[in-house]
Amino acid sequence: MSKNSKSKNNSEGKRDFLIISTYTMAGIGAAAVAWPLIDQMNPAADTLALASTEVDLSSLEEGQAITVTWRGKPVFVRHRTPEEIKLAKEVSLDDMRHPETDEERAPNEKFIVLVGVCTHLGCVPLGQKSGDVKGEYGGWFCPCHGSHYDHSGRIRKGPAPTNLAIPSYEFLSDNLIKIG
Amino acid sequence: MSKSKFKNPVVKWIDHRLPIFSFMDHELNHYPTPKNLNYFWNFGSLAGFALVTMIISGIVLSMNYTAHVDYAFDSVERIMRDVNHGWLIRYIHMNGASFFFIVVYIHIFRGLYYGSYKAPRELLWILGVLILLLMMATAFMGYVLPWGQMSFWGATVITNLFSAIPFVGESIVTWLWGGFSVDNSTLNRFFSLHFVLPFVIVGVVILHLVALHRFGSNNPIGIDVRGTQDTLPFHPYYTIKDLFGLGIFLTFFSSAVFFFPNFMGHPDNYIEANPMVTPAHIVPEWYFLPFYAILRAIPDKLGGVLFMFGAIAVLFILPWLDRSPIRSSQFRPIFKFFFWVLLLDCILLGYLGAMPAEGIYVILSRIATAYYFFHFLVLFPLLPYIEKTKPLPISIAEPILSGGATASAFAVREKK
Repeated sequence: MSKNSKSKNNSEGKRDFLIISTYTMAGIGAAAVAWPLIDQMNPAADTLALASTEVDLSSLEEGQAITVTWRGKPVFVRHRTPEEIKLAKEVSLDDMRHPETDEERAPNEKFIVLVGVCTHLGCVPLGQKSGDVKGEYGGWFCPCHGSHYDHSGRIRKGPAPTNLAIPSYEFLSDNLIKIG
Repeated sequence: MSKSKFKNPVVKWIDHRLPIFSFMDHELNHYPTPKNLNYFWNFGSLAGFALVTMIISGIVLSMNYTAHVDYAFDSVERIMRDVNHGWLIRYIHMNGASFFFIVVYIHIFRGLYYGSYKAPRELLWILGVLILLLMMATAFMGYVLPWGQMSFWGATVITNLFSAIPFVGESIVTWLWGGFSVDNSTLNRFFSLHFVLPFVIVGVVILHLVALHRFGSNNPIGIDVRGTQDTLPFHPYYTIKDLFGLGIFLTFFSSAVFFFPNFMGHPDNYIEANPMVTPAHIVPEWYFLPFYAILRAIPDKLGGVLFMFGAIAVLFILPWLDRSPIRSSQFRPIFKFFFWVLLLDCILLGYLGAMPAEGIYVILSRIATAYYFFHFLVLFPLLPYIEKTKPLPISIAEPILSGGATASAFAVREKK
């Protein structure tokens, strides 16, 4: 009896091993099949190749702003006035939701470059055109849910959790930047 | 609920209200299946697998495809070069179509050989022929979508078949095109139909399965199951057998996808469609070649179209053309001989369809076409009157227990 039950246990152990290893291999196979089907929805090679934009700032006067497209999103470039720069630099960071100094955000203080997408739910804030509402802090104002950004693009009031993002960019010359 | 066979309380709760688990248990687990099925009975589940593969890869491709004459060709090339794993998904879809037809043709010839179309499975067979027709329409329209030269001229030639209809033919073709030639409107509607028809196929496949499960599978001996001693539960016996067959199928399928992805295609379809220039030698995809050969064999426009569609129409009425009560050709020596003749005839037609329509090929096409219709329309109805059939075994178990298919087959085996 004990011998019988022992051999039964052995064969059951062998069967369990076979079943578990079969299911494991099937699972790995299913994942390997699923991955290409999922990954095809990620950006394709030609989409990734469109990743940089050059902007000429020579005709941008003080106080003016332009919006350019980068990766299908608006990028704001504003040529700030000395007063605006002063305001952005002198304000206290203590009561900011996402404290960042203006030096961190604008290496070249004359030009602030921002991804023009509200960090709340993705609307494009107002403030690029001369007649636009610029919000209580004089920078940008998102009309969707009322987020106010200052001259440095920092969130000061409203539901947005973080400051407007800064794209990676570099100055190729005094008046030419390459975004991306 | 107390009698429920399920232990899991969630399954039990759902099954009491929506007996989906009982249904699956009944149709996929206990479902009694003749115990003498051979590997030719694997091809139904393989066809189902191919259908699902085509639908999944197709949905994914449609996410990256643009149905417009100016962008279609480039969007397919973008899939091949830029979309992540796009080449793999497209090659699966391209070769999947061919493999779908391979397994379905084997499935159909299995049905012919073992008489699976006979009472009480006539509707099961007819639904199957309907699936074949839908597959052909879907495959044809799918081949148009890459908008290569073969796509364009295939679409032109096939839609022009309808112009053979007397009086209204031209109007019908204009209606099919949505214009005066194959153009953007044609491409858009073909894309729409190519997307939706596979789901229609799924619907007919479900009916096909309902009809199958009414009386269960036929079997190599072709006599009715007499009781539980003749059957096995579907799971695990046939699930594991189907899975093993699937493994073999996938070996072939993967070989094609990874090593010979364009073997069954035409290089001309990698040239963008040009409505001004027809390629020198246009042929349809291989799975249409036998029908194409029949079309070209008839020296009359309307006649050719009628015979081509007639080649499928005879399949619809096959259950009433074959008057013999004996299903399996194992017991019908003459029928069995002519089955192989028919198979060779279809292969010959396929070969002839790929050859240019001139000289000996035309004559051979006519002979092969004549035989095809002779087989269905003359041989099938007449054979029962002249054929001396072999004795049927008493039960499915009998030839297994006695070690041979029949007494005579047993004797043959003894001699060896």
